[in-house]
Amino acid sequence: MAEAIKVPTMAEYMAEGKKPEVLFWVGCAGSFDDRAKKITKAFVKLLNEAGVDFAVLGTEESCTGDPAKRAGNEFTFQMQAAMNIEVLNGYEIEKVVTACPHCFNTIKNEYPSLGGNYQVMHHTQFLKSLLNEGRLKVEGGKFKGKRITFHDPCYLGRANGEYEAPRDLLKKLEVELIEMRKCKSNGLCCGAGGAQMFKEPEPGNKDVNVARTEQAMETKPEVIAAGCPFCNTMMTDGVKSKEKEDSVAVMDVAEMIANAKDL
Amino acid sequence: MQIVAQIVFLIALVFGVSFFVRNIKRMLRNIKLGKAIDRSDNPSERWSKTLRIAFGQSKMVRKPVSGFLHVIVYLGFVIINIEVLEIIIDGLFGTHRVLSFMGGFYNALIGIFEVLALLVFVGVIIFWIRRNVLNIYRFLCRELKGWPKNDANYILYFEMVLMTLFLVMNAADYQLQLNGAAHYAHEGGIIGGFPISQFIAPLFEGISNSTLIIIERATWWLHILGILFFLNYLYYSKHLHILLAFPNVYFSKLKPKGEMDNLEAVKNEVALMMDPNADPFAAPAEGEEEGEPEKFGASDVMDLNQVQLLNSYTCTECGRCTAECPANQTGKKLSPRKIMMDTRDRLEEVGENINKNGKFEDDGKQLLDDYILREELWACTTCNACVEACPVGIDPLSIILDMRRYLVMEQSAAPNELAVSLTNIENNGAPWPYNQMDRLNWAEEN
Repeated sequence: MAEAIKVPTMAEYMAEGKKPEVLFWVGCAGSFDDRAKKITKAFVKLLNEAGVDFAVLGTEESCTGDPAKRAGNEFTFQMQAAMNIEVLNGYEIEKVVTACPHCFNTIKNEYPSLGGNYQVMHHTQFLKSLLNEGRLKVEGGKFKGKRITFHDPCYLGRANGEYEAPRDLLKKLEVELIEMRKCKSNGLCCGAGGAQMFKEPEPGNKDVNVARTEQAMETKPEVIAAGCPFCNTMMTDGVKSKEKEDSVAVMDVAEMIANAKDL
Repeated sequence: MQIVAQIVFLIALVFGVSFFVRNIKRMLRNIKLGKAIDRSDNPSERWSKTLRIAFGQSKMVRKPVSGFLHVIVYLGFVIINIEVLEIIIDGLFGTHRVLSFMGGFYNALIGIFEVLALLVFVGVIIFWIRRNVLNIYRFLCRELKGWPKNDANYILYFEMVLMTLFLVMNAADYQLQLNGAAHYAHEGGIIGGFPISQFIAPLFEGISNSTLIIIERATWWLHILGILFFLNYLYYSKHLHILLAFPNVYFSKLKPKGEMDNLEAVKNEVALMMDPNADPFAAPAEGEEEGEPEKFGASDVMDLNQVQLLNSYTCTECGRCTAECPANQTGKKLSPRKIMMDTRDRLEEVGENINKNGKFEDDGKQLLDDYILREELWACTTCNACVEACPVGIDPLSIILDMRRYLVMEQSAAPNELAVSLTNIENNGAPWPYNQMDRLNWAEEN
């Protein structure tokens, strides 16, 4: 039995009259998806390890509205945004960190004009800042020298121009980082974005996640590193479709760090 | 005789330019059918982006082969056209190489034009081979069949012919100067530099001056008339990018690619819903027009904004967007290039309708379904690869999103599974049917 992890909520902080350093926005996938919950927990362990004073919204959190917006349902999106902004502003939140690039993009870029202004960071950016401040130490550990390729999430990379934070973290793990033929601004989508995660693909000759997994496989990786719960699902399914799940792992960068530290 | 030529030239020039101006005015009128959008912010950032991406071709060279060739043709086009200035003056006033008073500088200039003309000629031949011989996927897509493919080839042939005419004209001129022909020969010796055409000139040795003059005049006339024709061909072809790439980059989105605009009309509705004091049964305030409720999203070109319509005229159908599109790569119907081509085709159809009827009369058609299929729209992952790939800042994704908005908000026509997820978000704050009260359960689980 792993020991229970400490996850304070904003409501608890409020009751004690305190404010945390940062709000951890868990997101729907991070809250409900079995695979993504592991990423959530790994990140929380790292936050605790680094002594970060954080809190979550818990039951007061709701979908940011990203899939609704990208599906074309602006009403649902703006309703979700309005409710979330009311909660966030009610707690006077200033800084938000999230392990989901979709939540990251939405809160960072689309909430401000609806009245929600926060400093928003992707968890890889936040972990990097902890590293730079010396609050978190990352060393090679079990990933040292392993062949790793990083799949850029569209909503972190192309959408927001962040390509280096996850790679800097991987370099700290002393992995052998091998880039795919399509990477960074030319990276191929995993196929989940734009609400595709929640519908059947349109007719075609291949699934996007399989195409992307094939590109990843060209690098002969031991681990495909990801920075998004949806990419993680898509790449995991892709690896399974190639029957390579025994030799190739799909892991979030935060999981790899937590794992390397035996947390 | 000379005066007749000058008059004919003037007529050709006036006709060529005014027909072009007429079409450009129509194009601007068509673009203004779109919704106004404010892109007047951050002029300095916009200028620097335009200098970098449009003038500097920085995104073109991301594909080194086609990028390099394009830079040559682009430079050739811009620089050789300085020569057109002289041609126009000579044509109007019956002079010969009127700018030659600049002496050595002029000779160097003509020499550079010649070298560029040869480079453009070679570049265009390689472009032709890439399009017609090599199996390059983006030139073989469905939407390029027929007119678009021919259009692309016509443009290449045109440039080959124009460059050839230019070099042959110079060769004949050079030979006439060597022969000391009247009107051509100057006291100070040869004027103009002929690093390339000097190798064509030997073909003209032994030909009489009168024949040479016919060759020189014929190529001169064909060259300038060709340029005037090409100028007017632009509007009917995919080639408007040589003009529109610049404003298109200037007016492109500066915000992060992931940021999609928050619809103002929806903002008002949501504000009303969130306002506890709002009376849902309230009659419109006194004097307030109860106009047509605003349409959400886009089903036709008039619902798009002016930058999106400018985008459609700017698209030169290179297909870099489509080559990067994950949906297209996996065999789906979506092609971002086709989205742009369809938008322009429909806009042109609407424009023709207005030309004919004075104003737009319903033709029973629209952009959605008659041009762009729902299957295409629903295949998009909103990954922004198309936007990133476009060398001139076109945003096909914004059109896809606006059309999805119409489908979902006006027609409730989201694909079934997606509609269920959207309902889940409304009901329980997650795309899956989990209770919001269970959102923190993960913390207790092992």
